[in-house]
Amino acid sequence: MSHENEAQAGPIREYLTFTLGPEEYAIDILRVQEIRGYDQVTAIANTPKFIKGVINLRGAIVPIVDLRIKFKLSEPVYNQFTVVIILNVADRVVGVVVDSVSDVIGLAEGAIKPPPEFGGAFDTQYLLGLGTVDERMLILVDIEQLMTSQEMALVGASAEGEN
Amino acid sequence: MSLDMSQFLQVFFEETEEHLAALEQQLLTIDVASPDAEALNAIFRAAHSIKGSSGMFGFDDLTSVTHVLETLLDKLRSHEVTLQAEMIDVFLQARDVLWQLMDGHRNGAPAAPALGAEMLQRLQALTAAAMAAANGETPAAAQLEDDADAGFGFFADAPGLPDIDAPIVLAESFADEVEAPQVFGFFSDAPGAPKAEPAASAEDDLGYGFFVDLPDPKQEKKADAEAFGFFDDAPGAPSPEAEQAATQSSSAEPSTAAPVAPNPAPDSVPTKPPQAAAAVAETEPKADADNKPAAVAKAPAVKVDSESSSIRVSVEKIDTLVNLVGELVITQSMLNQLTGVLDPSEYERIFHALGQLEHNTRDLQEQVMSIRMLPISFVFSRFPRLVRDTSGKLNKKVELILQGEHTELDKGVIEKLADPLTHIVRNSVDHGIELPADRVAAGKPEQGTIRLSAFHQGGSIVVTIADDGKGLSRQKILAKAAEKGLSVNDNMSDSDVWQLIFMPGFSTAEQVTDLSGRGVGMDVVKRNIQSIGGRVDIDSALGVGTRITIRLPLTLAILDGMILSAGGVNYVIPLTYIVESMQPLREDIRSVNNEGQVIRVRGEYMPLYSLHELLGMAAKPPEPEQAIVIILEAEGRKFALLIDYLVGQQQVVIKSLEQNFHRIHGVAGATIMGDGSVALILDADALPQLAGQHELAYES
Repeated sequence: MSHENEAQAGPIREYLTFTLGPEEYAIDILRVQEIRGYDQVTAIANTPKFIKGVINLRGAIVPIVDLRIKFKLSEPVYNQFTVVIILNVADRVVGVVVDSVSDVIGLAEGAIKPPPEFGGAFDTQYLLGLGTVDERMLILVDIEQLMTSQEMALVGASAEGEN
Repeated sequence: MSLDMSQFLQVFFEETEEHLAALEQQLLTIDVASPDAEALNAIFRAAHSIKGSSGMFGFDDLTSVTHVLETLLDKLRSHEVTLQAEMIDVFLQARDVLWQLMDGHRNGAPAAPALGAEMLQRLQALTAAAMAAANGETPAAAQLEDDADAGFGFFADAPGLPDIDAPIVLAESFADEVEAPQVFGFFSDAPGAPKAEPAASAEDDLGYGFFVDLPDPKQEKKADAEAFGFFDDAPGAPSPEAEQAATQSSSAEPSTAAPVAPNPAPDSVPTKPPQAAAAVAETEPKADADNKPAAVAKAPAVKVDSESSSIRVSVEKIDTLVNLVGELVITQSMLNQLTGVLDPSEYERIFHALGQLEHNTRDLQEQVMSIRMLPISFVFSRFPRLVRDTSGKLNKKVELILQGEHTELDKGVIEKLADPLTHIVRNSVDHGIELPADRVAAGKPEQGTIRLSAFHQGGSIVVTIADDGKGLSRQKILAKAAEKGLSVNDNMSDSDVWQLIFMPGFSTAEQVTDLSGRGVGMDVVKRNIQSIGGRVDIDSALGVGTRITIRLPLTLAILDGMILSAGGVNYVIPLTYIVESMQPLREDIRSVNNEGQVIRVRGEYMPLYSLHELLGMAAKPPEPEQAIVIILEAEGRKFALLIDYLVGQQQVVIKSLEQNFHRIHGVAGATIMGDGSVALILDADALPQLAGQHELAYES
């Protein structure tokens, strides 16, 4: 993470960054519908613990996933500072709870390094690569693939998962 | 005409479908012996409309078939030929051919030309035969061109109208886009001349002009759609020719028009005879004693269906509207909740306004929901034909009685109801009703009866299909079930036995009789009906008949629910499942095998589950004395559910969980409560299956 200018090739894309415990992640900004506070979630029976339940988002029933629980990165605390990122992935609206939302950054394609064999808490198949901004390492996540994966138990007929 | 017609194609197909449906319906109800003139006209109109619009789109196969059909129909309604049962059959087949041709165009794969050509020949042969049969002198009108069916213009039936010296008639006939040349002209009929055009265009959909009407009591004047004009009714001109002329007016060319009342009306003050009243429904009855035949007649460019004023709206738009109103209802109840803490005396005006809002919201919701409602006749209307065809094929005599066709229910429900109903009705004809000889031998009337009825009962719609056939045979079903390896015994109750025919694999092909069934099996019928929240029950008596009862929710969007609380969370259970609720006594609750629990309710034992346990909640179920037990009945079985307390009964708007999430076992959907929170709607059918899925110790 030294020569920043060397890799400024390719079109610049924007990413929303957020933190989960000590790690900083980035997702494609175009997948983000809105960011809102955490309130009034209706728990759903027989679903994995990281699925907090559903909320009423202007008339639509939207499931809320707590990534902190899913990836065991930090203790889930729900207070007025808890942030939910509402995502629009694969024609679905899904909310994810994270520790905090940092900012929106632009990254050139050339600035993204291939992911290492181990990808933080996320399986490498959901990682797009690693990016560097101001000496911060960002883990770029393919959020669409992650949210539609079997692991997240958000799509598909079964609600089986860890209880 | 370099207009892009493709944008109208969809409308054309929809309209043609409607016309064909109307045609079929009329054909099925018409009395062959003495056909109703209005029915014949309706059939003619349908054929005519299809001909006109198909010509516009260049679907020549449709045009040519309808043209011949229309020609024959026209002769029928002018009583040149008489209706025969055979004609009905051919007409119905023609309708099917037309449907196939239209479908071909719609799918971009036009049907084989032979299809249309063959029907064309049959119809022509039929026409020729009918004409030959109609022996005797054909009246003048018979030679008339059939093509000039829309006459536009001014027709002054001048005889005896003193203020008209030389009536000028402008006739323009061009309804038949394909064949008829456009005829413009002035026809001058001297007063008292034996040949005058008798209100020719009054017959047609597109007649504009001035008509002098001759109120012969028998005169049939059928300006059925849009005759605009001035009608001068000259009462007291009893002319038999007038009648004939009027009925044939659509096919009459002005020059060869039949003679008309030579006797002038003594008084030209317009008084409309009753027959004409219908004709003028859409007209501007500006009839004046002062008849100026000189006016401008204009041909309407677009044909508008004046019989039902409606617009086509995509279902999507309506659904959006329904959703928005649902939101409004929620917002409104949120407002109510927020203002509930205010002092009514201090904020009287706010409360007044809120009351108004609530009222308006409810009205709006009702109206919007009613947009989606359609009469069940949309499904029922297909059955007369189905029964006619099926029974004809099987050499059975079946009368179909429809009742309550105007019962309205949600479009979504209606669409999903069509297939199961078709299957049940076909089964009734196929397996239920016996052959005429067998019926007579059994002491029943030769003709079997199938009664289809629909009515409201409570918050649901009940549709019954009852036949007076041979009924279900208990032995045969039990034998078949045993053969299939299903666990059955002779002591099963009748209703349990009848339910067996809904088992998958109990297909109609091997069912009860050896006649083969088609299409979906009864298991699919049941599944389809359950998918729209309905229930199917069967009553049957051997030798007496079978009755299948389908219970359906009024709408798919709103549900009458009981809100209950368990573990601090609100849930909704559809009211239809709830039998009763009660406060249990500890001694009524027994455990069985130290695993499950049962509760005794008035001597009856039923399994008891706690909702907390079923849904795997962290919260422990309450002590029975502090809890409420609700008795539910699902899939024919009763069970009891232990909950914390009942919140109340409420209509809830059903929201899909699957849109952004997925289906969850035991949950039928979700709804939004007055405070904006989400409550889950429980699936009572699936709840008992959840028992035992969690290994939580139940310590009570």
